Amino acid sequence: MTASIAIRAVLVIPAIAAAILALLPGYRLTSRLNVLASLLTLLAAASLFFLPRPEPGSYLFIDDLNIVFIVLNCFVGFTASVFSMTYIAHELETGKLTPIYLRFYHAMFQTMMFGMNLAFVSNNIGLMWVAVELATLSTVLMVGIYRTPAALEAAWKYFILGSVGIALALFGTILFYMAAQPVVGEGIDAMVWTILVQKVATFDPALLNVAFVFLLLGYGTKVGLAPLHAWLPDAHAEGPTPISAVLSGLLLNVALYALLRFKMLLAANHAAINPGPLMILLGLLSLIFASFMLYRRRDIKRLFAYSSIEHMGIIVFAFGMGGPLANFAGLLHMVMHSLTKSGIFYAVGHVSQIKGTQRIAEIRGLTTTHPWLGWGLVLGVIAIIGLPPLGIFMSEFLVVSSTFARSPLLALPLVLGLLVALGALLLRLTGVAFGEPLGSTAPARASYIPMYAHFLIVLAAGIYLPPPLVSWFQNVAGLLG
Amino acid sequence: MNGLSFDIAHLLAGGLVLISFILLYQDRLYALLNVFALQAVVLALSVAWQAFAQNAPHLYVTALIALILKGIIIPVALHRTIERLGIHREIETVVGIGLTMLVGLGLVALSLLLMMQVNVSADALAREDLAFALCVVLLGLLMMVTRRNAVSQIVGFMSLENGLVLAATGAKGMPLVVEISVAFSVLVAFIVIGVFLFRIRERFDTVDVGALHMSRGDSE
Repeated sequence: MTASIAIRAVLVIPAIAAAILALLPGYRLTSRLNVLASLLTLLAAASLFFLPRPEPGSYLFIDDLNIVFIVLNCFVGFTASVFSMTYIAHELETGKLTPIYLRFYHAMFQTMMFGMNLAFVSNNIGLMWVAVELATLSTVLMVGIYRTPAALEAAWKYFILGSVGIALALFGTILFYMAAQPVVGEGIDAMVWTILVQKVATFDPALLNVAFVFLLLGYGTKVGLAPLHAWLPDAHAEGPTPISAVLSGLLLNVALYALLRFKMLLAANHAAINPGPLMILLGLLSLIFASFMLYRRRDIKRLFAYSSIEHMGIIVFAFGMGGPLANFAGLLHMVMHSLTKSGIFYAVGHVSQIKGTQRIAEIRGLTTTHPWLGWGLVLGVIAIIGLPPLGIFMSEFLVVSSTFARSPLLALPLVLGLLVALGALLLRLTGVAFGEPLGSTAPARASYIPMYAHFLIVLAAGIYLPPPLVSWFQNVAGLLG
Repeated sequence: MNGLSFDIAHLLAGGLVLISFILLYQDRLYALLNVFALQAVVLALSVAWQAFAQNAPHLYVTALIALILKGIIIPVALHRTIERLGIHREIETVVGIGLTMLVGLGLVALSLLLMMQVNVSADALAREDLAFALCVVLLGLLMMVTRRNAVSQIVGFMSLENGLVLAATGAKGMPLVVEISVAFSVLVAFIVIGVFLFRIRERFDTVDVGALHMSRGDSE
């Protein structure tokens, strides 16, 4: 087997699975098939680490950067499919989801995986745009799957804001092509990333600047950067929880990845603007805004959605700072955040199913009534607010210390945002996890394995990062410039 | 490129910007749809002219899509939606028409200033097409934020998309133009179906924090 087959497998398996799952009825069979397809995709993605790389084609390619994203994507996709088995079983029993929508749900899940993987392996800025659009559309449909007015409203809002983001990103892509065309020549070559990055130094800088602003706003909408984040909390709160988990853990990363690819292009042209300050500004804005907004949340899924905005802010800030250390920290933080946040959503999904509500005020004393879920949530929140010894502590520490070393003034708002968010989440956590139990005490039928697997990885990474992984990340951080 | 073909392309692209302005001050939904259909027809002409001038036959497909889908099918579908929802009299604007027009003028000036800075060595037609396209995109965005009604927001979005198609066809030899215009048509079709099926009347997108609190789950 060669890597080019593995690349295709990462795309073909979800595509075929989507077609099959759209046709098959029955919960037992299809949910297992969904897990199987996700597992196969994960295996194909993991094999990319070991196989020799093919020459980049004009549509698909693989390099050190996108392997990290693909493997993370397929791993969380796999655990989400395992979690979704128990979650969806409960939704079917309570009648929130009918069998016909179940088919639709599974097909859309695999379509989304296909779209996200395609965005990661595409070597063509046009194809990447199409893939991001596909992934977005499939999640829009899943956010609205419950058909309640709130769900439809959330899906509509996500759809309209997402479409504007998509349109702006496309305009930026067209501008990029026009900048490339006089140098590279007409046709497909002027959209191939590996060709662009070699020749970008001679492109017209004025056109590149305008293009990057559009791309930053367009893909930044999908990353959930303030003030373009309005779709994100609704989409997280109203859709099925497995989708909230993949939205936070994966889809935000897809848009971030697209942004990073264009940042690398701009960095190679010295006459163009430095994308760093723009990204630092938007990142800090998101961090500060979201951390203050955390205090007013009444809905537990919304609470963690705002926490995702906060963390995407930190990540974009770190990549905006640039340099080997900050890039390393940003990359590590992205991986840790994806794992932690999706793990938290797995816990929250079961909690809201048991209690029959998402209102924070009506969920109390979880550690007494449901110790596994309650302590899992405690562990997740401790991880996400960046307490030692978990992985996010390490990545946030790296971000803060590298910022202090280079521009101490920027570190002040950064630390402020982190502390404010820490306070808000601890405040909410104590109510939810401890105290007098409130609400249903029905025993949980939950799948703890995906959740604890994520948290264990985060814990392990906080204590010890294996040297091969560190050198891999250092290498990628160097690529990012 | 000879003078005449340049002038015709220029005329059509300028026409699109002009129609974007006409869209801005419509205060009846039916009239809005008619003006939008006109814009789609002008866009189709402009794309067809680019196909002829660049000798790129695949662009005729894009022109045809623009003409049939956006010039005929979508306006008719939206017309029916408006009848069904009984909202043909309403148009709520957030700010006054006069102010909207002034902001629109400012946006056009901004995009022309921005694009004229771009290197002159680039094809002059492509550059000016791009300037016009940016105007149409920004005016479409302006329309989306100044209207509350879901139908007029969709019209704003489609007019924004017309600007994108203009930009894409102006970029010489750009690959995937047809595919992208098809992808966008699918997107627009989804939006129209969404409004039709779920009877969405009002817009929900806002960056207004006050409105966010009204959303489910966060009300006190």
